[in-house]
Amino acid sequence: MIALLHRDLILAVRAGGGFGLGMAFFLIVVILVPLGIGPDMVILSKVSVGVLWVGALLACVLSLDRIFSLDYDDGTLELLLTSPIPLEAVVTVKAFSHWVTTGLPLVIISPVLGLLLGLQVSDIKWVFISLLLGTPAFSVIGAFGAALTVGIRRGGLLLSLLVLPLYIPTLIFGANVASKGLSDISNSSSLLILTAVTLAAFSILPFATALVLRINLR
Amino acid sequence: MSLWEYANPVKFLKLSDKVLPFFASFSVIGLAIGLFWGFFLTPDDYRQGSTVKIIYLHVPSALMAINAWFMMLVASVIWLVRRHHVSALAAKAAAPVGVTMTMVALVTGALWGQPMWGTWWAWDPRLTSFLVLFLFYLGYIALWSSTDNPDTAADLTSMLCIVGSVFAILSRYAVNFWNQGLHQGASLSLDKEKNVADVFYQPLLFSIFGFVFLFLTLVLIGTRTEIRLRRAEALRLRKDRE
Repeated sequence: MIALLHRDLILAVRAGGGFGLGMAFFLIVVILVPLGIGPDMVILSKVSVGVLWVGALLACVLSLDRIFSLDYDDGTLELLLTSPIPLEAVVTVKAFSHWVTTGLPLVIISPVLGLLLGLQVSDIKWVFISLLLGTPAFSVIGAFGAALTVGIRRGGLLLSLLVLPLYIPTLIFGANVASKGLSDISNSSSLLILTAVTLAAFSILPFATALVLRINLR
Repeated sequence: MSLWEYANPVKFLKLSDKVLPFFASFSVIGLAIGLFWGFFLTPDDYRQGSTVKIIYLHVPSALMAINAWFMMLVASVIWLVRRHHVSALAAKAAAPVGVTMTMVALVTGALWGQPMWGTWWAWDPRLTSFLVLFLFYLGYIALWSSTDNPDTAADLTSMLCIVGSVFAILSRYAVNFWNQGLHQGASLSLDKEKNVADVFYQPLLFSIFGFVFLFLTLVLIGTRTEIRLRRAEALRLRKDRE
C-alpha cells in the first residue's frame, strides 16, 4: 500500500500529472472574484469564506478524473484488482494521494488567498482549519464519482454533475465552521459535524467506490 | 405465488396490461375531482385569497417528487440484490417522472411564493433541498443515458441512487442547519392540530390520490416501454449475428 501511495504521488508530481494545476485554478478563481464584484474590501471579506470554499471545491473537481482514468486506460487498475491488496484499500490510497496532491496544496495556499480577499490574519486560521478538515472528504467523495464515470469517454462534465450535489453537506458545514469562527460565534457543533462527515466518508465510501470499480472492470 | 413472480418480464407485462386502465382512470378521476373541487368549490382563504388553491398542485407534486426517489431507491436495492431486470427498468422509468414532479413543485412554489412572500425564490431549507433533489435526479438520468451496456448502467445508477440518498438526507439536515425557513412546516400530518382546514383538506386528498395513480401509470408505461426496447435491442442483436 505504501508502494502504491509512493507510485501515485510520484506520478502525480512528475509525469505532467497536472500537479499544481489545481492550485493555479484556485488562485485564478480568487483573483477573478474581486475583478467581478469590485475592490471593496468590506464586501470582499464578507464573501471571502464562500469564495475560498467554492474555489477549493471546484479546483478539486477539476482533477478528479485523473484518480482512476489513467490507470484504467493502461490496464493498471485491472492488475491492482488482482493484487493481494483489497480494492477498497487501493481506492482509499488513491483518494488519499489525490488529497495530498490537490487538496493539501489548496489548504496550504488558502491563508495567502484569504489575505487577498481582505481577511484579517487572526481570522485566517478558521479558513485553514475548516479546509484542512473538509478537503479530504472532497477527494474521497470525488473518487466515488470518478469510479462511476471511469468507463465513459469524455466523462468530465458528467463527473462534475454527479459529484457536485454530493459535496453540498461538506460545503455547508465547512463554510459554516469558517464563517462562525470569523464572527466569534461558537462553531464547535459544525466543526464536529464537518469532521464526522469527512471521517464517515473515508470509512464507508471506499466500499461503494470499490464495488463500482468492479462493475466497471467486469 | 409470490410477489417475485412479477419480476418475470412476461408476467409483468401481462399484469401491468390489466391494471393500467384502472390506474389511469383512478388518476383521471382523482385529479378531476380534486382539482375541480379544489379550484371552484372551495372558498378563498381569508388571508391568501385564491392563491391558496395552488396547494392542489404544489403539495401532491412535492410529495410524489420525494416518493419517486424513494421508489427508485427501493427498486435499485432490489436490482442489486436480486438482479430482476424489471426492477432496474422501473427505477429508470421513474426518474423522468420524478424530475418532472420536482420541477412542478418548484415552479408552483415560485408562483405561490411571489404573491405570498413577495419573492419568487428564497434560500429556505425546504426550497434548497428540493433544488438539490432536482440536481440528484439530473445526475441520475445523465448517468443512465451515458453508459452503453444496460446492465452496467443499471448497476452504476443503482449505486449512485443509494449513495445519493444518503447524501440527499444529509443535505436535508445540513440546509436546516444553514438557514432558517420561510416555508411553513408540514401541512399534512397525523397530528390534526397542524393540518390545513378541512375545506381545503378533503379535495387535497383527492388530488394526492390522483397524483399517486398518475405516477404509477406513468412509471408502468415507462417500464413497459423499456422492456420492449430491451427486447427490440435483443432481437436486433440476434439478427445481426445471423
